[in-house]
Amino acid sequence: MYAGYDMQAVDAKSVRELRFEIEEFHTEYCNMLDRGALDQWVDFFAEDSLYRITARENADAGLRVGLVYAEGRGMIRDRAFAIMHTQMFAPRYMQHFTSNVQVISVEGPDLGLGDGSLIKAQSNYLLLQTLVDGPTTIHQSGRYYDTFVREKGRLLIRERQCIYDTVLIANDLVYPV
Amino acid sequence: MFSANTVIGQTGSFAKEKPREEGHEFKWPAEGLTTVPDWIYTSPEIYEREVERIFHGRTWNFVALEAEIPNPGDYKRSFVGPTPVVVSRNTDGTVHVFENRCAHRGVEFCRQPLGNAKEFVCPYHSWSYDLVGNLQGIPFKRGVKGEGGGMPKDFKNADHNLTKLKVTVLHGVVFASFAEDMEPIEAYLSPEILKDFNVVFKDRKLKILGYYRNELPGNWKLYHENLKDPYHATLLHSFLVTFGLMVAGSKNGMIADPKGRHGTLASAKPDNVATALDDEVKKEMRAYREDFKLADGRFLDYVREFDSPWSVTMQTIWPNFIVQRELNTLGIRHIVPNGPHSQIMLWTMFGYDTDDEEMTRHRLRQGNLMGPSGFLGLEDNEAIKFLQEGVRRSPSERGVLKLGGTSTGSTNSVIDEAAIRGMYAYYREEMGL
Repeated sequence: MYAGYDMQAVDAKSVRELRFEIEEFHTEYCNMLDRGALDQWVDFFAEDSLYRITARENADAGLRVGLVYAEGRGMIRDRAFAIMHTQMFAPRYMQHFTSNVQVISVEGPDLGLGDGSLIKAQSNYLLLQTLVDGPTTIHQSGRYYDTFVREKGRLLIRERQCIYDTVLIANDLVYPV
Repeated sequence: MFSANTVIGQTGSFAKEKPREEGHEFKWPAEGLTTVPDWIYTSPEIYEREVERIFHGRTWNFVALEAEIPNPGDYKRSFVGPTPVVVSRNTDGTVHVFENRCAHRGVEFCRQPLGNAKEFVCPYHSWSYDLVGNLQGIPFKRGVKGEGGGMPKDFKNADHNLTKLKVTVLHGVVFASFAEDMEPIEAYLSPEILKDFNVVFKDRKLKILGYYRNELPGNWKLYHENLKDPYHATLLHSFLVTFGLMVAGSKNGMIADPKGRHGTLASAKPDNVATALDDEVKKEMRAYREDFKLADGRFLDYVREFDSPWSVTMQTIWPNFIVQRELNTLGIRHIVPNGPHSQIMLWTMFGYDTDDEEMTRHRLRQGNLMGPSGFLGLEDNEAIKFLQEGVRRSPSERGVLKLGGTSTGSTNSVIDEAAIRGMYAYYREEMGL
């Protein structure tokens, strides 16, 4: 449980539709990351957004530090550029798997289907990493706590908290989650 | 991938990683400090000697920040070298450090990273200890009525306390030592190191922002080397170079203590790196990226909050402690050696209790530089991993430390390895090598 993401009463019918939409969002988002198309990463975010990856011990204790901490699309774009063009690290492949999508709350017009709606959801994720000279390993087991905003009919990330249980990281985390 | 997952050349499988034959004597190469033998990074015997003579020897080891255990009964699970300890605040406010090993059967009883307790109870047989590590209670100490059993009559609780370490606290930083007769911490650090240590800690109340933890598959000394090696900083890290956080040709310093074991890597950021550097310097630095402009430059802002000529000080405090002041992102790193080829790095990031919301957010944004996903941090972790793999797997046996000649200690130039040589001069003495 992450602060601000308490389960609310939600309309059952619209939730089914929203859950499917969020699953599609995850699929596109993860495909983009797993293909390494980081230049498109920023397209999944609203202008005024917060992205954070942090260990579960920090989340549980209400500590605000981020392994990655980005306020706004500019910081998202800068990190993508750095990873693609300036950072030194060993080659690797990543695969994301998401599941257990649960809609937590819906705010706004047309039960979340109208523009300006805010939809909160949580999902489990599994991040596999394959160093090209090593085995495929579970790099992170974690959970997304997302707030989506609907703009022009499309969901965008207003807030994404990636909370990982794998507190002791195997060396480092290069690519976004 | 953790080092235990290595497939190609599994850790411990190379000759360099195996125990030598009985009576083998490790001899430092005759060239002296300009040459580093690989076995200091790979040999299990050398590692054992390091634990005994360095981490369990005459050193002050970082164990906690007072801000992590502010109240009576607060405790932290920590390490001295690879040895698990508990740092505990007693009801009278004093801080105590004892081994996390029940005096009965050796159970590592404390499992929570941080917590608050009235006493410590071993979960196996319920032996209980007070907040300073004294044995309090043993269930059925006198046996069961009619059945006998229990401890012998001459059993004294006082003979079975937890193993206690010496403790000292300086400006909110807690150090511990297995040695009984340590010099005061100020003398241990030396005036040279104390100066920049005080900039971060003296008269400040810390506000903990959070933790990172990672396994770094490299020998623990490589992390000290990395921060006594300003040369790499100007070459590996595009962020430092491109944004002028530390570049050859601007004002830098590598400050060592007289013994050579501690260090402060210091740099003063020029206001405009593009004009501060001449083309010749830029050409030498492959990491310099003229085309790299930030979409959001806020995270490199420098709020001048310290009375110091340096905008960056990275302090290596022997044997297990790093103090990071990189512009306004502050933190410490606690090195836990984990065999010759691995170390656990425990990072605590903090600000000050006087920070307002905007300053806290500034530190959080700037935190992207450091840690296991930091623009600088992850590059160091990768480079150190590569180095360990190189020395483990290759039959060659030597590294070279010739930048700046044979001198040891402090330098003004960043193109110098004198601080690493100085550290190994001290190391050889401590290790009898």
